[in-house]
Amino acid sequence: MSVAGRIASEQAYGDGHVPVSACPACGVAPSAERLAELSVPVSARLMLSIPAAHCAACISTVEGGLAAMPGVHSARVNLTLRRVSVEADPEITADDVKAALLGLGYEAHELDPGLLSATETDRQGRELLMRLGVAGFAMMNVMLLSVAVWSGAADATRDMFHFISAAIALPTVAFAGQPFFKNAWLSLKARHLGMDVPISLAIILASSISLYETFHSGEHAYFDAALMLTFFLLAGRYLDHRTRAVARSAAEELAALEVPRATVLRGGVEVVVVITELAVAELVRVRPGGRMPVDGVVVEGSSEIDRALLTGESLPDFAGPGSVVSAGEVNLTGPLLVRVTAAGKDSSLHRMADLVGIAESAKTRYTSLAERAARLYSPSVHILSFGAFAAWMWITGGDVRYAINISAAVLIITCPCALGLAVPAVVTAASGRLFRKGLLIKHGTALERLAEVDCVVFDKTGTLTMGTPEAVDLAAHSPTDLALAAALAAASSHPLARALAAATAAAGVRPALVEGLREVPGYGVEGQWHGQSVRLGRAAWCGAAGLAVTATYLRLGPNPPQAFAFADQLRPGAETAVTALAAQGKRILLVSGDTEAAVAAMADRLGIAEWSAGVLPADKAARVATLTAAGHKVLMVGDGLNDTAALAAAHVSISPASALDAARVAADIVLLGHDMAPISDAMRISRQSTRRIKENFAISALYNVVAVPLALAGFATPLAAALAMSASSITVSLNALRLR
Amino acid sequence: MEILAFLIPVTLFIGGVGLAAFVWALKSHQFEDPKGDANRILTEDWDHKPKP
Repeated sequence: MSVAGRIASEQAYGDGHVPVSACPACGVAPSAERLAELSVPVSARLMLSIPAAHCAACISTVEGGLAAMPGVHSARVNLTLRRVSVEADPEITADDVKAALLGLGYEAHELDPGLLSATETDRQGRELLMRLGVAGFAMMNVMLLSVAVWSGAADATRDMFHFISAAIALPTVAFAGQPFFKNAWLSLKARHLGMDVPISLAIILASSISLYETFHSGEHAYFDAALMLTFFLLAGRYLDHRTRAVARSAAEELAALEVPRATVLRGGVEVVVVITELAVAELVRVRPGGRMPVDGVVVEGSSEIDRALLTGESLPDFAGPGSVVSAGEVNLTGPLLVRVTAAGKDSSLHRMADLVGIAESAKTRYTSLAERAARLYSPSVHILSFGAFAAWMWITGGDVRYAINISAAVLIITCPCALGLAVPAVVTAASGRLFRKGLLIKHGTALERLAEVDCVVFDKTGTLTMGTPEAVDLAAHSPTDLALAAALAAASSHPLARALAAATAAAGVRPALVEGLREVPGYGVEGQWHGQSVRLGRAAWCGAAGLAVTATYLRLGPNPPQAFAFADQLRPGAETAVTALAAQGKRILLVSGDTEAAVAAMADRLGIAEWSAGVLPADKAARVATLTAAGHKVLMVGDGLNDTAALAAAHVSISPASALDAARVAADIVLLGHDMAPISDAMRISRQSTRRIKENFAISALYNVVAVPLALAGFATPLAAALAMSASSITVSLNALRLR
Repeated sequence: MEILAFLIPVTLFIGGVGLAAFVWALKSHQFEDPKGDANRILTEDWDHKPKP
């Protein structure tokens, strides 16, 4: 409830105009609200995400601006994670900081520091980086020694260099190679030949054969190759980890942070409880601006309720005693007392979540390009290596030492660097680029799936539109009407009234002096002006015939009522995104739960030819499934609970950050900003990155085609192995960075 | 070739110093915000006096 609204209703009670919904408890409602606020544990350390921060100037502005705020001790921006952590007095709340950041031009979301300081991912990242650093250090030192060997060190000198190399390499391999060994062991236990099995085999075989050679004053030792393999693959692992850590931390922030609570009346006293503790037939109070915690029937009070997130309808509905309400709907104007008919698992909100579960399990598991390549790669490497071993055993008449040398060389040369390094490098580059544009890739394969999309399904309310109305026909009204409307609208926190107040203020209208203003919850606002009664509100209440479009009505005394029409405010970039997608040759559909008139108007405004209105949530998912069955790869863009099943059913899905958490959880990609234009960029970048991944596979295949026969024939020296491996790794990484 | 008896330990020691520096940097959280650090060097906020 906004401050204005609260004051307005308190004034109403003070004036003695007791509204229809008045109940003894209403008077204490604000203080109970304050109590609830106070009981929330306050921490001196606040963490907020600022998705728009991107440069040095942003750091200065945010840190400087927050430091100047009274009560704030210090603020530090982390640009990589796009977060700011604030040390402040306990009375500073996240909302204060949020408002300050908005004043500085940065949209911010509150994060739960308790949740985020669960540093499991941080610890993993540091561990990987440590292994990478140790492997890098050891690789460089061993490489120095190897260069001496390659350039002709012989006899005792060579043996000594080999021994020193072994002393450095073996502990390093044992320490730095652990992630590979662990994964290989796990996949072997699961009777599955993953990527890590040939990697571990190559590292262990190369190290042990080199150790054996060293003890027998052999000519070739592969310590440098074993370390290089470890280093390059760890680099790939680390890149992969970092991409996922950034995505995960941002996704954590988007996850529902508030535990859903409800104010329940027990023995005449209001108690705030967690929703799961509610029982059927209990009475729950829902304040204006609050979300329905349960399914129920209104027993007292009247108000308007916004069902947009559930059904996609943009027009609020009237709710009075006897009205049925569902969990997730937003109460707009008056306090309501609701008798619980279903809570928790039985509520409609939860049934919708079940629908998502069904859609997700039906979704066939997508195999990523890397997985498909690994499936081909893993067995063939083993066959090649063992084949070489067997063939050389036969040729040399049982020289095990020579045969093992050859098979180790084959394993090293077929280094899976393209798989282990190139894919993470491309994905990191692409997600970094998209993150900068305000898109968060939540799922590892989402980029690849996005590249295949040929059909885009949009939801309307909250997705293509902001879900907030905007007054459209101010010019059609007389100055007197406008002044009256401005005065009345300012007294209410109803979305239409707020939009009208904002529009009249922007048009420079001076509000008329209306006396005795009071809000009649569920109907509108009324007052006295020059002795005449004046009303702003629902059509029936003002004696008007309702229009087809969203509108509010103004009646002055006996005069005929005037309609103020509203259109849903278009999301910035929506037009750009739709045009760009159409230009890319995608089929575009608009599927909404809203009324036909509203959807038709929107489709016309954006030039979308295929649209349908009044679609139920299950039908949305069915619609997506039909398109998929027809061979389309569908991208679903939606925000509401009614879209959730469709989001899960689609090949890939995007939802805005303003969406309900259920929708954000179901979506593969989250749009962090308000702007929708990045969607078309995302499509372009995803196609490009898929192409780069394939190119990288081709490059490494080419290297293998040249180098493997050499290794099989027994010409691969440690020098050749080192050259082939580093050349292929560096080429694929550079190719990955070409992403624009 | 006797010089190797000095050079190799010296090389390894210098490399070890580098490794120790890396471990220290890692432990003191210097890799938490690489992008922010890259940008912070461009700001002029504390060019004239150190941050209090």
